[in-house]
Amino acid sequence: MSKLNLDQTLIDSSRNSARKIVDEVQKFIDLHTTTATERTIARLLGVDGVDDIGKPLPNVLVDSIKEGNGLGRGLAYWLGNAVVQTGDTPQEIAEKVSRKELDILRLPTASEEKIKETVTDMAKVAVEKIANNRKKREELISVLGEGRKPYLYVIVATGNIYEDVEQAKSAVRQGADIIAVIRTTGQSLLDYVPYGPTTEGFGGTYATQENFRIMRKALDEVGQEVGRYIRLCNYCSGLCMPEIAAMGAMERLDVMLNDALYGILFRDINMQRTLVDQFFSRVINGFAGIIINTGEDNYLTTADAVEEAHTVLASQFINEQFALKAGIPEEQMGLGHAFEMNPDIENGFLLELAQAQMAREIFPKAPLKYMPPTKYMTGNIFKGHLQNAMFNLVSIMTNQGIQLLGMLTEAIHTPHLHDRYLSLENAKYIFNNARNLGDEIMFKEGGIIQTRAQEVLKKAEELLRQIEREGLFATIEQGKFGGVKRSRTGGKGLDGVAKKDPGYFNPFIELMLGGER
Amino acid sequence: MKVDLTKVKPYGDTLNDGMVQLSFTLPVPYGDEAIEAARQLVRKMGLEEPSVVYSKDLVGFSYFIVYAKATQTVDYTKIEVPKVDVEVMDKEQVEEYIRENIKRNVVIVGACTGTDAHTVGIDAIMNMKGYAGHYGLERYEGIDAYNLGSQVPNEELVAKAIELNADAILVSQVVTQKDVHIPNLTQLVELLEAEGIRDKVILVCGGPRISHELAKELGYDAGFGAGTFAEDVASFVVTEMVKRKLV
Repeated sequence: MSKLNLDQTLIDSSRNSARKIVDEVQKFIDLHTTTATERTIARLLGVDGVDDIGKPLPNVLVDSIKEGNGLGRGLAYWLGNAVVQTGDTPQEIAEKVSRKELDILRLPTASEEKIKETVTDMAKVAVEKIANNRKKREELISVLGEGRKPYLYVIVATGNIYEDVEQAKSAVRQGADIIAVIRTTGQSLLDYVPYGPTTEGFGGTYATQENFRIMRKALDEVGQEVGRYIRLCNYCSGLCMPEIAAMGAMERLDVMLNDALYGILFRDINMQRTLVDQFFSRVINGFAGIIINTGEDNYLTTADAVEEAHTVLASQFINEQFALKAGIPEEQMGLGHAFEMNPDIENGFLLELAQAQMAREIFPKAPLKYMPPTKYMTGNIFKGHLQNAMFNLVSIMTNQGIQLLGMLTEAIHTPHLHDRYLSLENAKYIFNNARNLGDEIMFKEGGIIQTRAQEVLKKAEELLRQIEREGLFATIEQGKFGGVKRSRTGGKGLDGVAKKDPGYFNPFIELMLGGER
Repeated sequence: MKVDLTKVKPYGDTLNDGMVQLSFTLPVPYGDEAIEAARQLVRKMGLEEPSVVYSKDLVGFSYFIVYAKATQTVDYTKIEVPKVDVEVMDKEQVEEYIRENIKRNVVIVGACTGTDAHTVGIDAIMNMKGYAGHYGLERYEGIDAYNLGSQVPNEELVAKAIELNADAILVSQVVTQKDVHIPNLTQLVELLEAEGIRDKVILVCGGPRISHELAKELGYDAGFGAGTFAEDVASFVVTEMVKRKLV
């Protein structure tokens, strides 16, 4: 039942425009592949490790076909052929290529049918492993149980995976449901995924498959201790989006930040590259049962949260359609938004409440990810603790799915151990104390809250219709999201985009999505 | 109440009661021994009568909130704080000052550098909208402002400054970890010196943990802390340009 009296025809029209916008972009995506996409295929086919200068073997392999102009044909074809011709495993082939003992573009070619059959058989092994991880998660949740929504999400960011483990376990014992390991500064701009366990990073810890494994194990252990399943979150964004998705799927991560628009706007990653990358990464996340988190909340750190609220809603509609295209069900769409209005605004709390309730009503099944105040956190930790409390109150009143907890020391340093404890205590107090407040109240018809939500929806619908006319690429070029302008051919990673040849294939799309693309 | 300014100590509810509040965590299991350890530690900090008003078991760690009394005093009459020495003009005055004394556009490049992803500070100073009703440098007539955004490597900032022939470089450092902002700020100065342009630009840093004194120590022309607006920075840059004959 709507508390906001939202106009359903505007919601339908918005969805319809978003679908058409995404259909257009998908046409572009379907014609292209990227180095990161092909490296992901290599990883899923079992290629791992680094060469003697520390370059990951998936990069070695994909660079070798890119240099020989074979990227458009796809790694699956070349690697599959190499397996047929040599009888070696993909890993052995990658090692030979790295030692320059083999050029997979110069082997005799088997029939396309034979290659596809060989690759598909190998692909099924990885797909089955991921499917088993998904089952394992479901089993653990049914045995151990899980925290109540909104899930309490906290960040660890020491730079050292072993230190992160200690901080994470401590946070879980204080009540955390999701542990996000923030990545080290600048990892999103690396065009490869580092290898092995790491102990040095700034503002975060490298995302590596080994680090994923270490944290997964620790959270499973502490989850047994506290008697609830603890979700692990990482960042599937930047230049290695699909590779991180594959690693996460193999190591049973549960939540992934996964948003091309975020990378385009805030990390200056080329839009063509990252939208193609995003598609495969979302197919993997969808299949692995991973909840994706989108980054709309970030728009409000650069743009004004009162004036630009409709851009957040518009982007949520677009992200919803991109997710559906990649087979992600609504239950795995952690669409993002944030509590970011200037606290000096009269009735600002009402406007925040309107926005949060609106997102809830428009995306009823999505585990919405709600972000705490950051822009107006001042270093006054006492006021900051209160701002976070107000944010927690909105969340419980509007049934948010994932609560990224605000830290009272935001804008000062990455969280100290007791900052996390104080935040968890704050959220638990308010969620418990006001658990059913939202069920008990209605909003006044035509009042401030209803009017605000209706206005934001109306503006979002207008913006979406405009984007539908002009196209998503052009809209980003004009700076409509987050007030940040990015050009279609600018940013990082464009040289990793290639047009697909007619014989291109990616076995995983079919296996994971159950259809040709 | 008569305060002796030569011997100032914290004020709780009575003059010279010295009341201080602290909170911290010790990496020891929770219990009576942990609480006693906290008390002893606070005494070693030079505080008297420590009172652990709250403590909490963080499993393997123990958290405390403590009140205690400061014994030390400071002589307020002898305090000297280096401050950016400039008469602050408002936006219109800065614009007029540029027209009259510089007679061309002033190019200002700004960035949030190194590991820092928090652009709040540099955005507040540079972006059109500014902060709390104080317009940012982008809106100033006579100023070409380039905000390069977050996590900009020092090398890229220097390259951009050279490319644009910048008159001033603004560096923001908001959130840092293990004091990483200090070597980062130092490295920028070294890069500018290596490029031979350090004395051709006005170099300014800002952020909640930056003071003018620290900035000077690191080789900057000025440092601005919390509560700074675009006009403070603009006034300094334009008057310094004239003073150093960089017009």
